[in-house]
Amino acid sequence: MEILVCVKRVPDPSENEIEVNKDGTNIDRDDLVYSVNEWDNYAVEEAIRIRDKVGGSVTVVSVGDKEAEEVVRREMAMGADKGILISDDAFEGSDGKGIAFILTAQVEKGNYDLILTGAQADDGAAQVGGMLAAMLDWPFASLVNFIEVVDDEKIKVGREIAGGNQEMYEMDLPCVLSIQTGINEPRYVSIRGIRKVASLEIPVHTAGDLGISPESVGEAGAKTKCLNYFVPELGDGARILEGSTDEIIDNLIELLRAKGGIK
Amino acid sequence: MAQQVFAYIIHKDGVADDTALELIAAAGKLDSDAWVTAVVAGAGSELDSVCNEVASSFAEVWKIDNPALAYVTAEVLRPLLVSILPKHGIVLVPHDHFGMDLSPGLSIKLDAAYLPDAVDFEGIDNGKLKAVREEYTGQVSTHVISDISQGAVITVRPGSFKADERKSGDGQVIDKTAQALESGLPVGGCRFLEIIEAQVGEVDITKSDILVSVGRGIEDQDNMEMIFELAEAMGGDVSCSRPIVDAKWLEKSRQVGTSGQTVKPKVYVALGISGAFQHVGGLKGSPFVIAINKNSRAPIFQVADVGIVGNMLDFIPELTKRINELKSA
Repeated sequence: MEILVCVKRVPDPSENEIEVNKDGTNIDRDDLVYSVNEWDNYAVEEAIRIRDKVGGSVTVVSVGDKEAEEVVRREMAMGADKGILISDDAFEGSDGKGIAFILTAQVEKGNYDLILTGAQADDGAAQVGGMLAAMLDWPFASLVNFIEVVDDEKIKVGREIAGGNQEMYEMDLPCVLSIQTGINEPRYVSIRGIRKVASLEIPVHTAGDLGISPESVGEAGAKTKCLNYFVPELGDGARILEGSTDEIIDNLIELLRAKGGIK
Repeated sequence: MAQQVFAYIIHKDGVADDTALELIAAAGKLDSDAWVTAVVAGAGSELDSVCNEVASSFAEVWKIDNPALAYVTAEVLRPLLVSILPKHGIVLVPHDHFGMDLSPGLSIKLDAAYLPDAVDFEGIDNGKLKAVREEYTGQVSTHVISDISQGAVITVRPGSFKADERKSGDGQVIDKTAQALESGLPVGGCRFLEIIEAQVGEVDITKSDILVSVGRGIEDQDNMEMIFELAEAMGGDVSCSRPIVDAKWLEKSRQVGTSGQTVKPKVYVALGISGAFQHVGGLKGSPFVIAINKNSRAPIFQVADVGIVGNMLDFIPELTKRINELKSA
């Protein structure tokens, strides 16, 4: 099975507090620690497991600037066979539809049976996988937390729905799936794995390589644009307890007793 | 010009989801003169009861009735919606597991703008809608501008608009089935098989009065023990947020949130939980919420009554010890 996994380089949520920059045009990107989007990492792990079971190859692709190469390389160190970086100044400011359009061009150059994305990324939009499927006219399922290969033409897929329940589907290949966290336990990347891929050449595809005209992507093609960033009014918010650890714990115990929090 | 707005109604067992009335409020915020049509897909008598229920709240109700929609799936529904929705309409869909499946592709097929997970609208100017979204699980908000002049599909975050309970509509139910099925039922490369129900766990957190809930801030599986010790001291149960289940440190039945359990305790202690809306969505019945988080910008502090900015690991063992001392005194 030929599998393509789409990944994004994002600020690591466990390593950063996200602040708005001075003029509100973006988040403050100085000193941020970046990594691969968490959902995408589960998608790559799942692709590797499928390949190890039924054969084929895993290609990791990212649309981004030159720095996105580091996450492609990281996912190759995990075990993906090939990496592709799609990068062009013309792509700057693309909305979800623009990204899906760029990825569609990449998919059409290959011969993929299965495309995986993360269910969502840092902007919480959860849009690219579903758009990509619609552009390709391929079947799509989101929030996938189970995949089983039935044969060369079919897979069985589980979707996470409300209340811990799961919807099961049979899907024809090729198809697009967006992957939910928890579908597997992604492996750690070993130092040896990183060394193995450190000097590999990762091809860079531009708008021209993919036959994309600049006006259909980037800021020019975007119907939804980010105007500014701001910190929401907190409303009443929580009363923040301050003082020494002992004082805070005294306070907590008093509150817990008053509110029925100690039985 | 008043906008023509379509609200997709999610329903179960013949009853409309809470989001139905929230979408009316959302449409009203989008454009106070909007003509809002409810779109309901399903089969038979259950569908009819949903249509009758929402008719009193919407200007109009469009129904698509077919046995193949007895369980509605996005892949079957999407082409049917494309057949009946006019060009340039505004389509509102709840941003839940169904909306996320349906909507991105729908926007492509309608050649419309896509605006995901909107939490507020701030007016339309010259065909451009100004809306509020959140990024980084609610740590920052953004204003986005979406060109809706050629139509738009907008997913609306459940719970972000207060349900419009006025029942001020007087909607006729219009059967759109024939038009929806003009090109027949989609053959579909995605066939629904079954629902696998959530497994019942060792503890039913939906019945707990006191929940000690743990998230990513726990850092290490070895620290889980102190959470159980605190819960035991308090006389409560341990619940968690999604990353703890993803890491397989606790079973799924202990997860609070829209994809896990809906709980209604009296006291909820959120330890190292950022408070993504999917998590907070599982918290009902206005419990007293205490949150401890290292990140002062964590959205959990917006729903908590009392907060501590700090590392949970610095507080928990001492808190447990003190509660135990108190109880043995």
